[in-house]
Amino acid sequence: MELYRGHILICSGTGCISSGANSIKDAFEQQLAEKDLAKEFKVIETGCHGFCEMGPIAIVYPEGTFYCRLEDEDVKTIVDEHLIKGRLVQDKLYNPPHSEDKIPSYKEIAFYKKQHRIALRNCGYVNPEDIDEYIVKGGYEALGKVLTELTPDQVIDDMKKSGLRGRGGGGFPTGLKWEFTSKSESDKKYMICNADEGDPGAFMDRSILEGDPHSIIEGMVIGGYATGADEGYIYIRAEYPLAINRLKTALDQAREYGMLGENILGTGFNFELHIKEGAGAFVCGEETALMHSIEGKRGMPRPRPPFPAVKGLWEKPSNINNVETFANVPVIFEKGADWFASLGTEKSKGTKVFALTGKINNTGLAEVPMGITVREIIYDIGGGITDNKKFKAVQIGGPSGGCLPENLIDLPVDYDSLIEAGAMMGSGGLVVMDEDTCMVDLARFFLNFTQDESCGKCTPCREGTKRMLEILERIVDGEGRKGDIELLEELGETIKTTSLCGLGQTAPNPVLSTLKYFRDEYEAHINDERCPAGACSALAKYVIDQDLCKKCTLCTKVCPVSAIEGKPKEVHKIDPEVCTACGVCVEKCKFDAIKKG
Amino acid sequence: MSKKINSLEDLRKLRAEKEKLTSPREGDNIQVIVGMGTCGIAAGARDAMLALLDEINKKNLKVNVTQTGCIGMCEKEPLIDVIVPGKSRITYGNVTADVAKNIVSQHLANGQIVQQNVVGKIEE
Ligand SMILES: Cc1cc2nc3c(=O)[nH]c(=O)nc-3n(C[C@H](O)[C@H](O)[C@H](O)COP(=O)(O)O)c2cc1C
Ligand code: FES
Ligand code: FES
Repeated sequence: MELYRGHILICSGTGCISSGANSIKDAFEQQLAEKDLAKEFKVIETGCHGFCEMGPIAIVYPEGTFYCRLEDEDVKTIVDEHLIKGRLVQDKLYNPPHSEDKIPSYKEIAFYKKQHRIALRNCGYVNPEDIDEYIVKGGYEALGKVLTELTPDQVIDDMKKSGLRGRGGGGFPTGLKWEFTSKSESDKKYMICNADEGDPGAFMDRSILEGDPHSIIEGMVIGGYATGADEGYIYIRAEYPLAINRLKTALDQAREYGMLGENILGTGFNFELHIKEGAGAFVCGEETALMHSIEGKRGMPRPRPPFPAVKGLWEKPSNINNVETFANVPVIFEKGADWFASLGTEKSKGTKVFALTGKINNTGLAEVPMGITVREIIYDIGGGITDNKKFKAVQIGGPSGGCLPENLIDLPVDYDSLIEAGAMMGSGGLVVMDEDTCMVDLARFFLNFTQDESCGKCTPCREGTKRMLEILERIVDGEGRKGDIELLEELGETIKTTSLCGLGQTAPNPVLSTLKYFRDEYEAHINDERCPAGACSALAKYVIDQDLCKKCTLCTKVCPVSAIEGKPKEVHKIDPEVCTACGVCVEKCKFDAIKKG
Repeated sequence: MSKKINSLEDLRKLRAEKEKLTSPREGDNIQVIVGMGTCGIAAGARDAMLALLDEINKKNLKVNVTQTGCIGMCEKEPLIDVIVPGKSRITYGNVTADVAKNIVSQHLANGQIVQQNVVGKIEE
């Protein structure tokens, strides 16, 4: 085997590939060949680094230099300057928001500094298509230890001790779930991985599967041993072709090495895994619907109990966990349950991966210890709000979650405090909103999503969410009526308590939480026909900021409907009854004195 | 040929064998920095570096080799710095391919500084 002087890690996650990573990789290979350096430097494709917005990304080791937003021409410069002469290419280093400094090293970038990567430990670091790299990083060691040193009951005890809770949203203790499955008597049991990932804006599960597929396989085999399952399914949506391909490669390699199949690691334990591609319906992420889908039926939920641990796939006891949950399992046995339990908070152990999106500077994937505050996530890791705007709220947990206002910005992020605040961890989508977002419109967006995705099996969810959506649409269009708010609350509570599955049971959350924290915005829409954020086009009228107006009369002259009153040396005013919100005056005003509101 | 790994011991053996696959990415290895300014390259720094790599590879050591611009003592080129974590940083001068091999087998592999080529030392 050859020793290379340096490694060039090219991020080949979906994000970077779509911004051109493949051609950057080709350019590196071509340059290295041309300059006779192919034996000194090795180009390695990895999974997502989390900082997709900066893509395409290349990291040059051993220095760990982080180059971002690469274009094909940059590759030659990097090879000539950095690889041959040891000089960093300043132009391509990361430049944090609000700063002139360039940061050369991966580890020094604020986005990475506060992270604690457990589930993402290998993402962006190993070649996901090479099982040897996974093994060098300690992969399959946990499986070996579990199979040779622990009984299934001891494995379950350790899982309970670790305090790991399901990362798919609900946060059910994983060890306890494994115990239920293990205690069910049956000749056949299944271990299922939920990689459906239906939340809009979420991509942590996809990134783990693309960047470190072996950790999921290892976690599932350990789970199989603990629960007594000898077969498993990974249910993954067909829209994730790269993840599916890398997973298939990993499964083949794991089989070849004897980490899957018969007599794993020579211990006599057998376990086989299959991939099932889902068509991508949100409700198919619900566990009973997901199992129906694997069985080839329509993905509709059924009432629980019986729980999957008793009657699951093909009526056999089945254990179902999320991708990120499984990714944590090998580490628990490598470093110990006590080590894991020492991270995070009293009742939420370990870390959580969040997908940061919205009006935030560093959008991307970040894994942070449980209990970190919203403020730390948004400002320290996320680099603050874009364009220096004011932070307004953050939506956590996607369509099942809720939103938190500014005065809760120091809330610790863990399962229980989120629930208490009326939000939910969900899968970990985190959408940041600034002053320009209308909270009624936001609630409408999420409800529109869940309403669309309802399978229609139960009435509260099918009809109820539709009624709620109609009301919200009316309010946003300026046709809100007295009593709408109360009606939304009543419908919301009823849908929550009477729906068949988690989709309906959580669908009203975005509406109820915005009503709780931003009721005045609903009231402004209904009572004053005003959208305070200036976002709802039917309501947004222009107003003149009295302090900024320089009394120049320019706006009065351009208004096509003569809605602006104003003489020189008098502050101008817009008559909301006449204004058609065409926006001509805004463009004309040189002093930014005219705003929507 | 079957690649099956039949025991935890075999897995650990494979892991040790393949360590080189990721070692340039590990931050806590011994570091060797080769001065590769124009002066260094003219004086033969590339040969020194290739000899270093070759020898490190043969001895299967965990060492990261990087390069930098002119170190500043052009008449002593080729120059290299060796940083063993927790020890003083040693600068070697006039590093020919043979000297480079010596440095690998004595300093990097055994912790013995090659005194006759030392031109500088920075205490940790
Ligand atoms: C409508 C709906 C969608 C869901 N989507 C997902 C999903 O995409 N991924 C996931 O892991 N869990 C999803 N869940 C939760 C799963 O039903 C299940 O609780 C979870 O996979 C269990 O794994 P965990 O204990 O490891 O979290 C969804 C639940 C509901 C009600
Ligand atoms: S895909 Fe490259 S950083 Fe996410
Ligand atoms: S789809 Fe589950 S409650 Fe409606």
